[in-house]
Amino acid sequence: MNLEIITDTTITSSAIYKDGTLFLANEEHLPFAQYCRKAYQLMEASYPKFFKMDNLCKLSFLTAELLLTENIGGALNGEKTAIILGNRSSSIISDQKHYESYVERENSFPSPAVFVYTLPNIMLGELCIRHQITGESSCFMMEDMDAAFLFHYVQDLLLNEGYEHCITGWVDFSPTEYGAELYLIGKRDKGEVKRPFGINFNQKV
Amino acid sequence: MEIFNIADHLISPLGCSAGQNFAMLKKSRTGISKITDDSLCPQTFYGAGYETHTVEQQVVFEGCEKYTFLERLFIYSIDAVLKAVGDIDKQRTVLVLSTTKGNIGLLNERKAKKYEGNRIELPVMARVVNDYFEMPHRPVVVSNACISGVSAILTAQKLIRLGLYDHAIVTGGDLLTEFVLTGFQSFMAISDAPCRPYDVARKGITLGEACATMFLTNNPGLVAKTEAFARVAGGGQANDANHISGPSRTGRGLRMAVSKALEGAKLQPGDIDYISGHGTATLYNDEMEAVAFNHLNMQDTPLNSLKGYFGHTLGAAGIVESIITIRQLNEGVLLGSHGYAEHGVTQPLNVLAENQESPNLRYGLKTISGFGGCNGAVIFEKA
Repeated sequence: MNLEIITDTTITSSAIYKDGTLFLANEEHLPFAQYCRKAYQLMEASYPKFFKMDNLCKLSFLTAELLLTENIGGALNGEKTAIILGNRSSSIISDQKHYESYVERENSFPSPAVFVYTLPNIMLGELCIRHQITGESSCFMMEDMDAAFLFHYVQDLLLNEGYEHCITGWVDFSPTEYGAELYLIGKRDKGEVKRPFGINFNQKV
Repeated sequence: MEIFNIADHLISPLGCSAGQNFAMLKKSRTGISKITDDSLCPQTFYGAGYETHTVEQQVVFEGCEKYTFLERLFIYSIDAVLKAVGDIDKQRTVLVLSTTKGNIGLLNERKAKKYEGNRIELPVMARVVNDYFEMPHRPVVVSNACISGVSAILTAQKLIRLGLYDHAIVTGGDLLTEFVLTGFQSFMAISDAPCRPYDVARKGITLGEACATMFLTNNPGLVAKTEAFARVAGGGQANDANHISGPSRTGRGLRMAVSKALEGAKLQPGDIDYISGHGTATLYNDEMEAVAFNHLNMQDTPLNSLKGYFGHTLGAAGIVESIITIRQLNEGVLLGSHGYAEHGVTQPLNVLAENQESPNLRYGLKTISGFGGCNGAVIFEKA
């Protein structure tokens, strides 16, 4: 049994790539709010809940949306699919927003719509709902993307725990920078593995 | 490969060791009290909070002023477990840390300035703790909302099973903060009386704080504390894919997590002698659990929630409650579900109202569910 990268998607503040091919360049250096709206339109995504999400969830949503296009999403068996992500800054953007809502006692107005986003694994929950994925969804916090850890973890899910697919990679949104790279990993019994899933799977050739 | 827990430590408002905590639980003592603390909330509320002054004096060690209160608790708890275990090969050991909000109090910039580095970042906090013990490998940090503690145990089990390490220090901690309190208040999820899991009069959660540590290994010969000795028989995790802040009405995710744990342990539902439920005492969570356990035909298995003793300790909960699950198996005593008097979910469940002597316990199941739709289950076998 061989494991392979079926497809990958990367979003940085300057461009969006699908399997190494440019999908959208942020030539005007748009701030995230406009940039993500543009990407959402270009992906022809139709998902009103997107507009309620915080930026971390919007970023992971768009990355996964592009990852699972071309009907790959439809081919996933939700029960046999897991999502295992790395992240550094947790939900700091929403944390700061929630903090500002209660720090001045005489003007305190905490909101459940903000508070619910003050956990990093909410982005995984949003992806599970969107793509009806009901396998394990785990969020690991790391200072930078620890591909070796993710590789061992995901390999075990696919080879020993009965999973067929796994979405793995990195999504992070801090006050100063953001970026995401997601990989759809699957199994191949026979035929050539074009993109083997290995311990350095995030290193672009 | 068989993996065992061989030591434990737990610091909560009820005590500074797992033994002290368990002794209090057997006496039906709760850590929940009325809290009047303007730094947390202008109004009085119920919570299971540390007597901060007392605990701060407890967690003192050389150089401790460089660490935040939560980091000190982690260090204190891990240190106790390492002292119990004795000499271990750190090259073959990994630290797995579970938390939801970590050093969230450092959103206050004045407080943040007191500590070196960006300690509000969870992996940075974990590195600081890891470095204190001169652990050579990077720590693994899990943040899966309220199920983080069970996720950490299952992650540690996996890393040992894969042969990457022989031992894992599994630690979990969170504090009762204004951040979390105001958030759950905005959800109208906080009970105005001590929480009453599975009871007809339940009105929501009571928040708590704790720090707890287990030590998993593939070498049962290292057993340090017989009260903590158990085999990790199986585990599973699944997502409801239903709602980010509400449990699924069908309990599907929890059912799948329990089924995976049973499958991994090669057990049938009837083999489980005891369930430590999540039992937060919100209307919907407890109802969802009742639906799930009935689907699994586990409605007759003795069950309790430990939230009536510790409150909801968030990222620590899965580890706190696993430690107490194992201690119940080993002592042959099942604890009454504190706050439970009259059955309050629509399906039957065997909720224990009183402590019960149960000398022949073998398998205990810990279940847990959280925001983001995640569910976890882990089965321990008395070793």
